[in-house]
Amino acid sequence: MNRFILPLGAFGLLLVVLVVGLVHAPEKGIIVSPLLGKPAPQFSLPGLLDQTSPLQAQSLRGHWTLVNVWGTWCGECRAEHETLLAIKAQGRVPIYGIDWKDDDAQARAWLNELGNPYDRVGADREGRVAIDWGVYGAPESFLVNPEGTVVYKYVGALTLEVWQREFLSRLL
Amino acid sequence: MIVELGHYALILALLLAAAQAFFGLAGPALARERWFGAAPSAAAGQLVFLALATTVLVHAFIEDDFSVRYVAENSNSALPLFYRIAALWGAHEGSLLLWIDVLSLWTIAVVARLRFLPPAFGTRVLGVLGIISFGFLAFTLFTSDPFVRLTPPVPDGNDLNPVLQDFALAIHPPILYTGYVGFSVSFAFACAAMIEGRRDQLWARWMRPWTVIAWAFLAWGIALGSWWAYYELGWGGFWFWDPVENASFMPWLVGTALIHSLAVTDKRGLFKSWTLLLAVAAFSLSLLGTFLVRSGVLVSVHSFAADPRRGIFILGFLIIMIGGALTLYAWRAPRMVSQAGFELVSREAFLLFNNLLLVIAATVVFGGTMAPLIAGTLHLGTLSVGPPYFNPSFLVPVLPLLALLSLGIHARWRRGGLRESRRRLLVSFAFSLVLALALVFGVYAHPLPLTPIGAVLGVWIILSSLIDPLDRLRRGIRVPAAILGMAIAHIGLGMFVLGITFVQSNTLERDIALKPGGSVTLAGYNFRFDGVQNIEGPNYEGLRGTVTVTSDGKPVTVLHPEKRRFWVQGSVQTTAAIADGLHRDLLASLGDDVGAGAYSLRFQYRPLIRFVWLGAFIMAMGGVTVVFGRRQRGAGWAEAAQPSTVAADTGSA
Repeated sequence: MNRFILPLGAFGLLLVVLVVGLVHAPEKGIIVSPLLGKPAPQFSLPGLLDQTSPLQAQSLRGHWTLVNVWGTWCGECRAEHETLLAIKAQGRVPIYGIDWKDDDAQARAWLNELGNPYDRVGADREGRVAIDWGVYGAPESFLVNPEGTVVYKYVGALTLEVWQREFLSRLL
Repeated sequence: MIVELGHYALILALLLAAAQAFFGLAGPALARERWFGAAPSAAAGQLVFLALATTVLVHAFIEDDFSVRYVAENSNSALPLFYRIAALWGAHEGSLLLWIDVLSLWTIAVVARLRFLPPAFGTRVLGVLGIISFGFLAFTLFTSDPFVRLTPPVPDGNDLNPVLQDFALAIHPPILYTGYVGFSVSFAFACAAMIEGRRDQLWARWMRPWTVIAWAFLAWGIALGSWWAYYELGWGGFWFWDPVENASFMPWLVGTALIHSLAVTDKRGLFKSWTLLLAVAAFSLSLLGTFLVRSGVLVSVHSFAADPRRGIFILGFLIIMIGGALTLYAWRAPRMVSQAGFELVSREAFLLFNNLLLVIAATVVFGGTMAPLIAGTLHLGTLSVGPPYFNPSFLVPVLPLLALLSLGIHARWRRGGLRESRRRLLVSFAFSLVLALALVFGVYAHPLPLTPIGAVLGVWIILSSLIDPLDRLRRGIRVPAAILGMAIAHIGLGMFVLGITFVQSNTLERDIALKPGGSVTLAGYNFRFDGVQNIEGPNYEGLRGTVTVTSDGKPVTVLHPEKRRFWVQGSVQTTAAIADGLHRDLLASLGDDVGAGAYSLRFQYRPLIRFVWLGAFIMAMGGVTVVFGRRQRGAGWAEAAQPSTVAADTGSA
């Protein structure tokens, strides 16, 4: 044992911290949203599929809701679409979509082609509502409780595993 | 098709990096001299294919090829050409490509100077650089490929993050990376020395100029980032102790310790194992910074999109590179211990203190940066430390460091240090005391407790750094580049200290709601709000305020703070208006419309803030002077291959 091994030992300790940090990294998504535990922002968006039914803050009252921010320009959203369809099939919560900075016709064509997991879709053509929601990039998903409070935010494409672990566990 | 060509070029670069690593390390190890030549050729080929891949990506940006996902996510047809090119490194994937490009350029610089190194040693250096390059290329191709296509393509892109649409920030990454990545050359030299188990100290002489240049670029990069944060974020701060800032600051602090300990190793053959450890540490901290920033382990305002898969990859890379180097160190360093001695008052002793204090300072930053992670590991909950921790803790090692500097540069090597310089040191200290206290109590009133200390130290560092060069000039002796560069760097440090001292203690700021015509007075300057107008830029719209500043009724300047809303991403950004001056900055930023024609405004007076960046810039210029000043006299680091000649007093420390 000589003193020249000490740096290696210190590095070993550091590695433990890094590995633990990495294992917990996905949870960091919770910390970054200032919206958590606060009421969802006030907004009103024209309906993408049904012009007569706008998507607004009041739509989120009285039931749990999954709010999903997406766009046809977003590659990850395409990867996420299957998951959303599967969540829809489970029928646990309605999914409301915010179609972010998108072309309406293209968005409708996308839903026709890939299937529509959304109970309602609002068209946020200029992205102003997404700012209020603190959206960093698409896709992002928010879990809103019946009182209209945001309880969880997930950044990136949802998978069924994440849905089970992070969303369904909070529904109970 | 062109895009796939770029992708293919990147894959070829990966293979060449593998060849460079293999021949570079196996050639000398198996004593096959015919393999030696393969390493530089592989490095040159790598540069060609990396240039090709980069050109292809730039082309995709210029041509608005939104079928490339990276382009679609970071550019827009309305984005000005300059930012379309800078968008190349606007996000994770492209900035990794830039990292590799910079590494390739450093490698080629080593290749160009290969003839000044023993063949086996130089080849090993290239081998180690090859491993690093291979690791980063594999990381890019397997987890962060910038050439991925988007099907179907989108009609228009998502635009570059508006925060990045700024000149200083556009040029910030290449300069910062040149510094960061430059430490990989020091690392490679240290590894080559350890692999060979060299008992001499020539490797320190060879490593020195590379380290100093990397250190200088890192200083410029950090200063540029700080300057950007100051005028772009709009609230007058210039350093936030953010994880991303710390990630570049820690390698810089250790790099500063390294260039000083290299001086001792080169001149006196001392501190060999310590110098090797610092060289490994400087680069390890650069890698660790990359890990912290890219893996999502720490949350930062500058964060890149995090992806745990990337984290796992970098972690593996950290284990191989740092773990490997430290194992090598544990095995080889014991035989490289030196046996010379020195007295307590000598240049060596002062440089030892310098090193200890700098490493303590780096440890303080490291501890604060890692605190959230460590707390998480020990289940102490989420915890984050900020300026209340960093500012006072950082001063603990740094104040003695600054106080010892003036003594250290006048101490002689080996022994007997300060006797001849005692008179000059006392005179310069007396002058500093008078000058600094006049500044503190005469010019800027209302000092904080630490203000006089900071001012005296800053002035004394500048004056004492001038003694030696001026003395040589007076006696008609030419000032060697090493002495001149050292003086320049320390004068820069002194200016930096003065800047920080006065900006911390004498800044004035005022938040106020004003209607057009309303005014407020701050530090003798009268700020009058004249109203706002609508503006429209190439890819944004917004408001522009007008603020007229007068002093004693005489016009000083007119400020135009702006608030911009970028169309595509929809984000709002405040741009502060700054009237800069060497002795003070005046700032105005425009807040919200508070109704009835009034706007909330913030005005600031910041004395000597330019000294902070100017000081950092001059400090780095000192390093450049040492390296290139020497080269121009013809000797260059060519003399490296010859035995060490200890000139009596040319220690650049």
